[in-house]
Amino acid sequence: MELINEIAETKPEVMIELKNVSMSFKDRRILDDVSFQVRTGETMVVIGPSGAGKSTLLRLMIGLLKPTSGQILVEGRDITRLKETELNLIRRNMGMVFQYSALFDSMTVGENIAFGIRQHTDMSEEKILSVIRRTLRMVGMMGRENVMPSELSGGMKKRVSLARAIALNPKIVLYDEPTSGLDPVMSTTINRLIMSTRRILGVTAVVVTHDMDSAFTIADRIAMMYDEKIIEIATPDEFRESKNPIVRQFISGVRNNCIPVRRRASEG
Amino acid sequence: MISLSNWLGRQIFEFLESTGRTAQLLFQTLIQLRRINIRHVIYQMAHLGVDTMPIVFMMIVFTGMVMVWQATPALSRAGAQSTTGGLVALAMFRELGPVLSAVVLAGRVGAAITAEIGSMKVTEQIDALRVMATDPIAYLVVPRFVACILMTPMVVTFANVMGIAGGFMVATTYTDVGPYSFIYSIETFTEFADFTGGLIKSMFFGGIVAIVGCLKGMGAKEGAEGVGQATTSSVVTSIVWIFVVNYFLSTWLYR
Repeated sequence: MELINEIAETKPEVMIELKNVSMSFKDRRILDDVSFQVRTGETMVVIGPSGAGKSTLLRLMIGLLKPTSGQILVEGRDITRLKETELNLIRRNMGMVFQYSALFDSMTVGENIAFGIRQHTDMSEEKILSVIRRTLRMVGMMGRENVMPSELSGGMKKRVSLARAIALNPKIVLYDEPTSGLDPVMSTTINRLIMSTRRILGVTAVVVTHDMDSAFTIADRIAMMYDEKIIEIATPDEFRESKNPIVRQFISGVRNNCIPVRRRASEG
Repeated sequence: MISLSNWLGRQIFEFLESTGRTAQLLFQTLIQLRRINIRHVIYQMAHLGVDTMPIVFMMIVFTGMVMVWQATPALSRAGAQSTTGGLVALAMFRELGPVLSAVVLAGRVGAAITAEIGSMKVTEQIDALRVMATDPIAYLVVPRFVACILMTPMVVTFANVMGIAGGFMVATTYTDVGPYSFIYSIETFTEFADFTGGLIKSMFFGGIVAIVGCLKGMGAKEGAEGVGQATTSSVVTSIVWIFVVNYFLSTWLYR
């Protein structure tokens, strides 16, 4: 409880900070000495080619993976040193929207949204129902609380996943490829939801994507990963004007010699 | 020769690694027992136990029947056909009831546990649990572990009764062993400890099926193929462990 109170009372300027983070799987290096900060209340978009280590970065921020070396500070606390039980206290202030939604397929939409509330609070069923309805209204899925995830389209699953992530009013929401595999209209809907979530709830967001339209629409700052490193961090306007040939190539989508074509076993 | 020794070394290493991970999961599960959710346990008991009953009954009834069919001629030659009931009951209580039920449980329940948890793993649902500050071991493993430990003795009790009933039917219909003689020999040859020993064994078997099933599910590799491989591996590993542990438990319980 002390930790929760401590976290609730302090509002640091920097919400998440990575200090010299390196990560390797077996002999393969995924991240190499990555350092950057995510400021409180901002939407930071991380872009980069597949296999650049973007998803790994997100998983490190929420403690699903431990770095090989370096520090990851969430609200000033180094989560790499925490035990799982201590980490869980930090995670109660965080939500995550997974690339393939990761909804619990044995539960209804409503049960998915209420999962965290039922696990961690003693809220009455009446109140839980009102939270379910409120969050479903926010994501434009009213009246779908009794539907099973298997009956939903990809875009709807993403929206339910977002509703589940924000049900406990988190301070931080992490999005892993929120618009991948969606049609342009649904991508715009998801982008608007990410922006309205930030506006209404005031959350700090980290979004991993390689959808440049999405990045320019929702980002306060954009970080580009390439070759296991962050090669540029800038506002969308600065990013458009970047002189870095790799960044320019990534924005334009034109193939030249800067970014070699390559395949990796895992997604970025 | 070198490749053979390499292969053998790798097999031994993998066996030790797998045993270590099983022991680690068992230890973590025992620690998380304090956070048990009774509602989840009851759901799992109903889900796992009830589904298994019909298959166990079919198998054990025919096992009891064939036992009598095979044993009675041999016993008759020694003039000991009146001991048929005792022989069937003893075998059922001590070995056949617990072991055969456990094998069915490994095939039915163990496979279901691995497939369910494996598909959760590959669709990131286990990561989603962790992100929502929920321990996957407390949420997924503990209820299944406790449900299997509690449900297996119940399944075995019914299996014992059905196995003996199968033997009784064949003995009284196709041999000259009378119903009274069959039942009397059960009373004479078996003790309560034979029955309770079998139940104790079955609790261990239930635990093995649950722990191996969960471990293989959590270790499933990406894709449908990974879940399939994990499921097969779960069934095979559970059955091997059941037979190995059965020997040591039998030597401990029936000295």
